[in-house]
Amino acid sequence: MLRLEKRPTPSRAWAWGTPFLAVLLTMIAGGALFAALGKDPVAVVRTIFWDPLFGEFAFYLRGQLLVKAGPLTLIAVGLALGFRAGIWNIGAEGQYIIGAIVGASVGLAVYPTESRLVFPLMILAGGFGGWLWAMIPAILKTRFNTNEILVSLMLVYVAETILSKAATGFLRNPEGAGFPGSRNFSSYPAARNPELIAGTGMHWGVVAAFVVVIAAYVLLQRHLLGFQIRLAGQAPRAARFAGVSPNRLVIFCLGASGALAGFAGLFEVTGPAGQISIDFNSGYGFTAIIVAFLGRLNPVGILLAALLMALTYVGGEMAATNLGLPSAAIRVFQGMLLFFLLAVDLLSNYRVRLAGFGREAR
Amino acid sequence: MKRRTLLATAAMGLIALSGTAEAQMGKVKACFVYVGPIGDGGWTFQHHEGLKQVEAEFGDKVETAYQESVPEGADAERVLTQMALSGCNIIFTTSFGYMDATNAVAAKFPDVKFEHATGFKRDHPNVSTYNARFYEGRAVQGTIAGRMTKSNKIGYIASFPIPEVIMGINSYYIHAKKVNPNVELSVVWAYTWFDPAKEADAAKALIDQGVDVIASHTDSTAVLAEAAKTGGKVIGFGQASDMAEYKPSPRVSSIIDNWGPYYIKRVGALLDGSYQQADAWEGIAGGEVLIGEITDAVPAEVKAEAEALRDAIAAGTYHPFTGPLKKQDGSDWLAEGQTAPDGDLLGMNFFVEGITGEIPK
Amino acid sequence: MELFGITPSVLLASLMVAAVPILLAAIGELVVEKAGVLNLGVEGMMIMGAISGFITAVHTGSPALGFLGGALGAMALSLVFALLTQVFLANQVATGLALTLFGLGLSSLMGQGYNGIKPPRTPDLPFGPLEQIPFFGRVLFSHDWVVYASVAIVAAVWAVLKYSRAGLILRAVGESHDAAHALGYKVVRIRVLAILFGAAMAGMGGAYISLVRVPQWTDGITAGAGWIALAIVVFASWKPWRVLIGAWLFGGITVLQLNLQAAGSRIPVEYLSMSPYLVTILVLVIMSSGRGRASLNAPASLGQNFHASR
Repeated sequence: MLRLEKRPTPSRAWAWGTPFLAVLLTMIAGGALFAALGKDPVAVVRTIFWDPLFGEFAFYLRGQLLVKAGPLTLIAVGLALGFRAGIWNIGAEGQYIIGAIVGASVGLAVYPTESRLVFPLMILAGGFGGWLWAMIPAILKTRFNTNEILVSLMLVYVAETILSKAATGFLRNPEGAGFPGSRNFSSYPAARNPELIAGTGMHWGVVAAFVVVIAAYVLLQRHLLGFQIRLAGQAPRAARFAGVSPNRLVIFCLGASGALAGFAGLFEVTGPAGQISIDFNSGYGFTAIIVAFLGRLNPVGILLAALLMALTYVGGEMAATNLGLPSAAIRVFQGMLLFFLLAVDLLSNYRVRLAGFGREAR
Repeated sequence: MKRRTLLATAAMGLIALSGTAEAQMGKVKACFVYVGPIGDGGWTFQHHEGLKQVEAEFGDKVETAYQESVPEGADAERVLTQMALSGCNIIFTTSFGYMDATNAVAAKFPDVKFEHATGFKRDHPNVSTYNARFYEGRAVQGTIAGRMTKSNKIGYIASFPIPEVIMGINSYYIHAKKVNPNVELSVVWAYTWFDPAKEADAAKALIDQGVDVIASHTDSTAVLAEAAKTGGKVIGFGQASDMAEYKPSPRVSSIIDNWGPYYIKRVGALLDGSYQQADAWEGIAGGEVLIGEITDAVPAEVKAEAEALRDAIAAGTYHPFTGPLKKQDGSDWLAEGQTAPDGDLLGMNFFVEGITGEIPK
Repeated sequence: MELFGITPSVLLASLMVAAVPILLAAIGELVVEKAGVLNLGVEGMMIMGAISGFITAVHTGSPALGFLGGALGAMALSLVFALLTQVFLANQVATGLALTLFGLGLSSLMGQGYNGIKPPRTPDLPFGPLEQIPFFGRVLFSHDWVVYASVAIVAAVWAVLKYSRAGLILRAVGESHDAAHALGYKVVRIRVLAILFGAAMAGMGGAYISLVRVPQWTDGITAGAGWIALAIVVFASWKPWRVLIGAWLFGGITVLQLNLQAAGSRIPVEYLSMSPYLVTILVLVIMSSGRGRASLNAPASLGQNFHASR
């Protein structure tokens, strides 16, 4: 009989080793799935995990990993702060949308002013928009005790309606012949979030993601507020005795995650996406929740998890086009990877012992 | 059949030619980007049918590839780039939202042809656009609706307030009104392209309000399924695909998006070297818009009338937007005998006179 | 009788049908959460139920077997969740989200070839003369069996949680798994059973969409209903009857806003379209304000994994 024994502290070796074990297991299980679908499993697995990094088109796809991982990291780091303190912001998708809309509105309002101030102002507005949208659940929670999971989730749908209104109404491109969608920021230099070094995918949003990872790491490890966040999550009562104000934490954590999601939306709309459109949001806010936990709510871990998720997206697309795999199979494969990652995490927190044998043998 | 369709396409289609002819190619790799899953049973499904027709037509001379469920924006740009890199010669981008991504990637790959569905931007010589005149089909549906309604209330389930949709609503209403002056139109905006449960609810709401003919501009068969529950009292139409499983009633006819002829023509042109940049907007005449069989649930004289309208549109003797027509606010739009210029249609953001609802602003 | 061009009896009858999928999924999730497990994979289980139920119904020709198949399909999927969270002690939030991703993909693979098929019809129950009663006939006696079953399940869950020993144990496990373990209850086994029950309900809810509400199969047919179900559980403060109220409120506003549009109301469409979400928030604010934290009623061990460390 196998028995689990909790380790006093998580094993560092396994903490680094488990992701590789999970990827290996996923390759085997996923390979079986692809073989069952009549595809060459080795080719598919190579296309997903190897080609984006070292294949023929890696020069382009490596940069795309950053484009994909940037917003995921930004949002997930913010969410992780709240999750650590037991504050559940499920509505980052909505904050991402509103951040993009508010930021884009500022840019479009001053179109076509060419000033160095336009883009920084838009960034501020984007963060403000996300923060504002997150303040709704925050204030309802602190003032009326309303559950933030429900409010933040419901506000995603409200934000989506506002998005379609923006794309078909108040932000619609006046030169777009009545079609939905705002002006494209790629043709408005002062408001554009360009690729900083051609071919690398590096844009201001990716830079911001790196900065935020470092800042969050410092906050959590070295700052009193970080300590309070961790304490509130692990021992809420102790935290209250230690003088941590729960309301202040709610406002801070929701506000920070909202603002970061807002930034992510702004960088996306001015850069890779280019414009406000009806379907501008593509689920980063929800995927970021998974990323936050895969990264064990640790900023550096989140960055790595976001890169891994990005790899499965980019590689998965390659496999779908080049090998004719249904996109559903890719989603199943991603699900498997997540399952294995979560399952083997056990090994870093627990020892697996062959228990019972000793006694029975006696 | 195929030859005839092709000839008709060449004769009737609105094709603005420019650019220069290309050299012949021995083999073409044609790639498709889809906005939804092939299993949506509507919009994407029909584009994929087009892909299959291309394969059937050219056999070994063509290689195809596709990608489903590609979100608009950054993801589309990456998928397009990656397709261009991996040797696609012609890439069909099948959703309006891919417009800017298509043009951005086309700038980087001047040797790859890009074909963007339902858009208007052709910033580079290697970008063509194509669309279908679905409003022609709506005219036929409107005629049937006006004749068939007993309550004089007809309904329309709309997705988003964009010209494409508004055009369809106007055409539907104008032709219903023409055959039945007492007809009233209720429009429900679902704010989604695809949400079967919500579409069913919207249909139910219309039925509860006494509507007995429903047209829809959302993609699932949920609307017909809801109508089927009334046991023949309420009828509707197939949208995007034929939805033949609801024949003979509630589905009394349908608009079928038939992209195959266009895809075959463009890939064929690339093969034989006659490919040129184009702005194609074809309808019933070009075979891109098919009117699905009008079933026996419709009286013979109504069927004949609807078919006559279809044929007149196909022959080019009748335009669904022919004056005198006024806008909803009472201002003049088209004078007697005048037909709507394409520019007006493509940017349409007003209802015609007589529709009571408002377009969300 | 009409209000703004809408007949109340028709509206009530419609909302009872519209609310069934989220009601079933939510009451199932309520039991799961009462046992202290947070399964965010409701959407994934619902869509697995939708496709399994559809396939079963099409091949057997029986809608009732279809609902059974839907429940079983979702339960099979939920076993992955149970294994990961209860045996491998994986994080519940992340596992639930992964389950949704996996379920959406798997259902789409399973559903290939089932597009454009009509499932066997689930008829309304015959009530004879009762159907003719003004107002009540339309509201109460014009539905298929699942509508009544879903309300009966809510009542049963309420009664079991409140009055039975099994309910007491379930709640104990959800409030403090260590204490329950100390008392000798099999925490993991109870939680696995709760997860399976939740999945069965979500699966039936999904099957209701593919067999009755929409009757057809298309990819992504549940279109986010699972998320709403999760929100309804929170809305209900983990109380069964409030789940019913929440589901009917949400379903009702959804139906009402479409009816208002159809009746040519002057309220701008965007506001109508947001209204189900805003009204849900508003009602929850009113219900939750002015009370202590305890009244929020969330199971104390919700989302925490249990490991018996002897």
